[in-house]
Amino acid sequence: MNKILFFAALQEKAGKESIELDVSGKSVKQVKEFVAQEYGLAKINESMTAINEEFAASDDVIQENDVIAFIPPVSGG
Amino acid sequence: MSKLFSITEEPISIEQTVSLVSSRNAGAINTFIGTVREFTKGKRTLYLEYQAYAAMAEAKLAEIGQEINQKWPETKTAITHRVGKLDIEDIAVVIAVSSPHRGDSYEASRYAIERIKEIVPIWKKEHWEDGEEWIGNQLETKSYRKGTPSEEDLI
Repeated sequence: MNKILFFAALQEKAGKESIELDVSGKSVKQVKEFVAQEYGLAKINESMTAINEEFAASDDVIQENDVIAFIPPVSGG
Repeated sequence: MSKLFSITEEPISIEQTVSLVSSRNAGAINTFIGTVREFTKGKRTLYLEYQAYAAMAEAKLAEIGQEINQKWPETKTAITHRVGKLDIEDIAVVIAVSSPHRGDSYEASRYAIERIKEIVPIWKKEHWEDGEEWIGNQLETKSYRKGTPSEEDLI
């Protein structure tokens, strides 16, 4: 099972901070496409993705128990 | 709040962040204090709301500290960023860099704030008199509202 975290505008749109889904074996790109469609989160395409708190590439493959986070463009400071 | 790189929900103590980098080898400590501005391009902000992916944000702040150490050896960096609801004039971020000679601490401090706006998962939501919006990038020119940015956002 994998935990998927949403932040900022994505979190508001999804209506929740996180979901649990088994996406192991899928690429980051595939997960993005699935989540975008399932939760109506078109803006997910503008987001970066982190796996276990480290930025990931779109062809990186999710492993069992990985924590995935979608990172919208940041605006700290 | 003794961690060099931290995300906090409490008001930030400038002195505490500065004390984290104090060193007998330092001849300078440069402090950057990021505060909440009331007017952005003529539009009045009532307050801001900051959110962070705290664990990753602290790791990325530490990474910035490592980058600074490579670029400017013998410097020491501490960064504290606040999250939650912040009012106008509140302190959102404090960066302190100490170095043997002043030049390095100035440069490293500037580098740190620019990197925060690139790689650290922290977001701010503007609350105005007539609406609210998560801000999409550090240039404050891009947002997530449906449709196209307003004229004012593009200036």
